[in-house]
Amino acid sequence: MPARILIAKPGLDGHDRGAKLVAYALRDAGFEVIYTGIRQRTDEIVAVAVQEDVDVLGLSILSGAHISLTAKVIEGLKEVGAGDIPVVVGGTIPPSDQERLLAIGAAAVYPTGTPLSVLVEGLRQLADDDARR
Amino acid sequence: MVAVSRLSRPIAPLFASARKGHAAALGQLLSIVESGGPRAREVADLVRANPGHAYAIGITGAPGAGKSTLTDLLVAQLRARSARVAVLAIDPSSPKSGGAILGDRVRMLGHTLDAGVFVRSMASRGHVGGLALAAPEAMRLIGAANFDVMIIETVGVGQVELDIARFVDTTIVVVNPGWGDDVQAAKAGLLEIADLFVLNKSDRPGADATRADLESMLDARNSSDQDWRPPVIPATAIAREGITEILDATDRHRAWMESGGGIERFRGDRLVQETEAIVRARLDHEVRALFAKTPEELRASLVAREIDPWEAADSVINRIVDQHATPPEPLARDL
Repeated sequence: MPARILIAKPGLDGHDRGAKLVAYALRDAGFEVIYTGIRQRTDEIVAVAVQEDVDVLGLSILSGAHISLTAKVIEGLKEVGAGDIPVVVGGTIPPSDQERLLAIGAAAVYPTGTPLSVLVEGLRQLADDDARR
Repeated sequence: MVAVSRLSRPIAPLFASARKGHAAALGQLLSIVESGGPRAREVADLVRANPGHAYAIGITGAPGAGKSTLTDLLVAQLRARSARVAVLAIDPSSPKSGGAILGDRVRMLGHTLDAGVFVRSMASRGHVGGLALAAPEAMRLIGAANFDVMIIETVGVGQVELDIARFVDTTIVVVNPGWGDDVQAAKAGLLEIADLFVLNKSDRPGADATRADLESMLDARNSSDQDWRPPVIPATAIAREGITEILDATDRHRAWMESGGGIERFRGDRLVQETEAIVRARLDHEVRALFAKTPEELRASLVAREIDPWEAADSVINRIVDQHATPPEPLARDL
């Protein structure tokens, strides 16, 4: 059973090369990747995640607003009864913010520069854990 | 409060929520159907007891023909008519990795926050014919969740994806100007399944010639006056032109199907065909499993010419039949 993952870009930054690279790497690693393009509202991302019932939700954020955007998505998932979908965050995340993201409920943080193999392995682990629960 | 995992929640309450329009519940049930196994059977039982009334429209065509954009516009038009609409967008899985990029939603994002629209992406997971084996059950589930219309979008490359027509009530084939000048066979296949043709991007050069070409192919069919003749509808999705005409033609086809066009017979036929597809898939699965571990004994007797491949095949088939004579574990559904 391939794991299903949503790769979403919340907020206003319009650069999705990184997100696309990750999407293709995950496809090649056997994931089913739902990709929704740039500039998504957090409530839209939540709606897509529950309709698609993904095993993992990946947010790609380069705008600097990663704390508030991630918090909104995690809160939104809880509100619709999907708080158990793990949320991971990738992008330009300063080291000092990584702990904060984990503290507000992110399952993992993959800052720019994370090797794709590390990211793929981490997501596979998360998806497997999700399936076992 | 301890949240119960999405994957072990009891099915009956999920099903009740899905019928009330709860998107997360329907999303989870669709995953269960896709995964197969006893829980999928449990969903199927509930679905069978609560059939819906959804009308199923299929949209197929070559990559880039404009299927997703048209689907988006059709959804908007159907919403204007107050219909609850579900979209099942099926994309091929990579034969190499088994993964897939499911990107059809990108063209339908305007409906994301509309509670009357539900969009689900599905990978074909290697089933020839393009429609995932779980798709018919997923469609019945969507019907049970009280949608009025569902649109099933599949990539059609030549003849490969023709089986969409088995599972929907009206099949729309999307073509573009200049289409199919060199793929006669593909055209013939699509001619058989199309209930209506949409000539998208018809503002481009060659639209008239392609339309005339299609019409003459339709003229050349062996058909009687009682048969449905697929209309060819020009459209320009990016300019939102032709959308009302497509839905009107769909309505006419539906009316024809429901008044003597044989919709009941058609729907019965497709249940039989679905059964056949499941049987084929399961047998295929068993045959692959049997041959996956090299049967050394068999190889030896073949090489020694004690038996020939035809006799060997007989004995393999007998082995499969014998396995089924003694009821084994519950029939696997996760093919």
